[in-house]
Amino acid sequence: MNTFKFAFTGLKRDWYSGELRLIGISILIAVACLSSVSFFTDRVRRATEQQATELLAADLVLISSTKIKNEYIDNADGAGLIISLNESFRSVVVNGDNLELAEVKAVDANYPIRGNLRTSDDLFKQEQINDSIPASGTVWVDSRLLQALQVKLGESINVGAAELIVDKILTYEPDRGGDLFNIAPRLLMNRVDLDKTKLILPGSRIQYRLLLGGKSESIDLYRNQLKLDENLRLQGIKDARPEIKTALVRAEQFLGLAALVSIALAGLAIAMSAQRFAVRHYDNCAIMRCLGLQQREITQIYFYQLMMLGLICSLIGCVIGFFAQEGLNQMMIGMTQQSLPKPSWRPVLSGIFTGLITVLAFALPQLMRLRKISPLRVLRKDLTPLPLNNYVIYTVAIIALVLLSPWQSGDIALTIYTVLGLFLTALVLAVSAKLIIKLLKQLQPKLKMAARYGLANVSRRSNQSVMQIMGIGIGVTVMLLLTLVRTDLLAGWQNRLPDDAPNYFLINIQPDQVDSIRSHLSTLLNNDIALYPMIRGRLTKINERNVNPDDYENPRANRLAAREFNLSYADTMQDDNRVVAGEWWSKGENTENYFSVEEGIAETLGISIGDSLSYSIAGQEIKGKVVNLRWVEWDSFNANFFVVSNTSALKTYPSTFISSLFIPDSKRSILIELIKQYPSITVFDIDAILKQVRAIMNQVVRTVEFVFIFTILTGIAVLFAALQSTHDERTHEAALMSALGANRKQIISGLIAEFMLLGIITGILSAIAASIIELALAEYVFKMEIVINPLLWLIAPLACCLIIVATGLIGTRKVLASSPMLILRKT
Amino acid sequence: MDSNSNNIVQAKALGKQVSSPEGTLTILDDINLSIKQGESLAVIGVSGSGKSTLLGLLAGLDTPTSGEVILNSTILNDLDEDGRARIRNQSVGFVFQSFHLLPGLTALENTALPLELAGSEQADEIAKQKLADVGLSDRIHHYPNQLSGGEQQRVAIARAFASNPKILFADEPTGNLDQKTAQRIIDLIFKMNKDNGTTLVMVTHDDALASLCDRKVVMAGGQITNDT
Repeated sequence: MNTFKFAFTGLKRDWYSGELRLIGISILIAVACLSSVSFFTDRVRRATEQQATELLAADLVLISSTKIKNEYIDNADGAGLIISLNESFRSVVVNGDNLELAEVKAVDANYPIRGNLRTSDDLFKQEQINDSIPASGTVWVDSRLLQALQVKLGESINVGAAELIVDKILTYEPDRGGDLFNIAPRLLMNRVDLDKTKLILPGSRIQYRLLLGGKSESIDLYRNQLKLDENLRLQGIKDARPEIKTALVRAEQFLGLAALVSIALAGLAIAMSAQRFAVRHYDNCAIMRCLGLQQREITQIYFYQLMMLGLICSLIGCVIGFFAQEGLNQMMIGMTQQSLPKPSWRPVLSGIFTGLITVLAFALPQLMRLRKISPLRVLRKDLTPLPLNNYVIYTVAIIALVLLSPWQSGDIALTIYTVLGLFLTALVLAVSAKLIIKLLKQLQPKLKMAARYGLANVSRRSNQSVMQIMGIGIGVTVMLLLTLVRTDLLAGWQNRLPDDAPNYFLINIQPDQVDSIRSHLSTLLNNDIALYPMIRGRLTKINERNVNPDDYENPRANRLAAREFNLSYADTMQDDNRVVAGEWWSKGENTENYFSVEEGIAETLGISIGDSLSYSIAGQEIKGKVVNLRWVEWDSFNANFFVVSNTSALKTYPSTFISSLFIPDSKRSILIELIKQYPSITVFDIDAILKQVRAIMNQVVRTVEFVFIFTILTGIAVLFAALQSTHDERTHEAALMSALGANRKQIISGLIAEFMLLGIITGILSAIAASIIELALAEYVFKMEIVINPLLWLIAPLACCLIIVATGLIGTRKVLASSPMLILRKT
Repeated sequence: MDSNSNNIVQAKALGKQVSSPEGTLTILDDINLSIKQGESLAVIGVSGSGKSTLLGLLAGLDTPTSGEVILNSTILNDLDEDGRARIRNQSVGFVFQSFHLLPGLTALENTALPLELAGSEQADEIAKQKLADVGLSDRIHHYPNQLSGGEQQRVAIARAFASNPKILFADEPTGNLDQKTAQRIIDLIFKMNKDNGTTLVMVTHDDALASLCDRKVVMAGGQITNDT
């Protein structure tokens, strides 16, 4: 027989008779959710990345200590990328008697490719966005250089052999944050004037940068084809500053988590619907088998049906998803005055792929039972196929989720945690629910009619109730988790950037200035100011083995091994640090040299506790033992160090001091005073960078909230599917109750009692599960400390009751309308 | 005294039509039937003759398209679903072919259900008595799936008589039972019917069973073709 044709006509028939609708709608909702999430997250991700590109002033940067070879530039040109070249170097700049070492950057007209330059016409005045660069013959300098040189706008200064007019005060350049601590005051000039300065000589220490911009595909292509020579190093968006990297990774984690959970919930809804579809097809299959259809043909028929259904519903889901996210985007444009990039087509493909995989993985195992229908069922209705082996269901589901998730979330570790977490949650929910129901059943005789009926329903369908609690529980757990993550974790994260987060760094403070600066600033700002020693040293040996950059394949390790570190010393650990292995040293008592290493750098360089490290500092070698590894909260914008030693180890070495502090706009004059009083100090303004980080965070929060709404919708779809799976039984029971004289109110009371009971059990179990997962996530993934909100224990059962009772009554409204006559018709 | 005053159930010009893809389908057509208090009536006929529909209309489970049903002096047509539920709860008992016990409730809880729905304070006591009447005193805490078919039907009978109905509607009460069990159930129904002074309306295929009743109504094509 032509099974495809048969499947097609069957699909139409089943759809019109309502049989397949539930399954189809589940796919549709799932794909609509997923694709709207993917469409939107795709766009937000691109927008977020665009913002992050500002921190590079480009999409990709090639950095070299020698002149960048023409082949790199020609290749970029050939790939249709926007190109901008610049050179930066340190040079003494002169104005009459005043000399100052400045960080000179010579740029061309394309600079910056991403972001803008901002300037002002007077010290600490309102800044303006500039679309151009300094004209030939002019320079823009930052306020510190202006003050140090005691020069006014319109006057000229000498840069090498060239005399250039100071035209504007440079207040912001997008890629300034690249290397925080090596910055002398900035002078921005036009590349055209570079030759006139005669500063580019053989042996000059010059950093050459090739800035590239373009479509992400072109950038990726260029990046992948790139063969780096040893002087060249790459910086993409994700290689940028650690805090921006953290923000991006975290954004992807949140979105990935939400997308993955949507798939799991959708799968659950589909599995529940498919189970009902299968049960309702037992008789059909028995008749078809009786009429001579082979098992293989039955499998084929349902496979084709699912594929067709999956494809059609996925496509419709994608269309709905597209409009849903477009609608939301329109809404957000009004709110944020910020437009997102156009959606790409990728989410359509991923939507269809996900739809098909999900429907096959979650529905097919259920429908495969139909091939096992005995033809004898036409005579004996009690002959139902054996229920599916749970291992089969779970294995297929896990495989499907794992298959879909790395591609959805882009993070294998997160995927494994989430999938395992989901199944563990499901298992714990199931076992606990079963126990609770068993215990509650003892109460049944003592209850009033509605409660007794409700409990009877829950306990009789013990297995189904467990499935429902598990299904709804996972949904609610995830909803709670997202709420918790959204509120607790994001609040924790946002709170670490409070309004008084440091906005200035003071560097190059000499040891003899420490006390006076501390008391000076503490008085003016009415706040204790922390100053940290900073010592430049190169890592020379790990466990007596020479450190050679070439030994490291990892480019970051290679870089770290090659450059000088900023080391520091302290007796007590900074508040925003946490020891993750080993112990912090106690104050004063030690005569040995101890090191505390940031865990990320320790992993990159292969350093563990007990290792001995040797640093070369100002020509001397110092050796010490690694006694602990630290986690550092880079987002805090406090001054932090990769490697810290005990005070006695490094105190005698030449050091400068660094401080980070918050100075409100109203007290900016303090800065001018400070610079006048201590000309050698370098003030570094991080307000601008902070603003960018905050903008990215806000975008992340908005996106997570958006995704959160859709996850709730998927959760409600699961609720409906769960109710639908017991719809026939409920209809029958309501009809029977009605025949026995129950009025509508009594039937509703029974249903409400049942849903409330399910709600309370689900709520409590979900609260427990969500708290445990949140603690685990906070500890291992987000690396934050959070406190479980006690309100959760009240809110979760209440919210579950509300959701389940409301959804339950909507989902069973047809049950209430069922005629008692059904009892006579259904035998 | 009105000759109708003795009638517990009356159907006047009763008709039931449903719409189908082929157009309107007439299931019952112009049925006139009066059933006296304490009478036992068998409704027989082939499948599709309309006997279950008639039973449903007489018991107030469904509403007619035309005509009216008077049950225990109440015109059912005038009542909404909740009103009919109240009448069913107070005056009607049911025994079904497939027992229709609520699987989550024990024998006792199933039997007490109509009483609880009526708000009775002694639901459990009465239910225990009725279960004793059907010989299931030792099975009251069993769930339906722990009972045999015959036992389940006995629980259904106890439930049917729990609220002392004036009329018992039985739909093929032995259809799902073996012959021996069926006979015991029939004996029980008739005994309980007699003890409680209940009117019995029974739909059946079984001529022998029908002949046990005081009166026999034969249906065909939605009409009463014989009433003896």
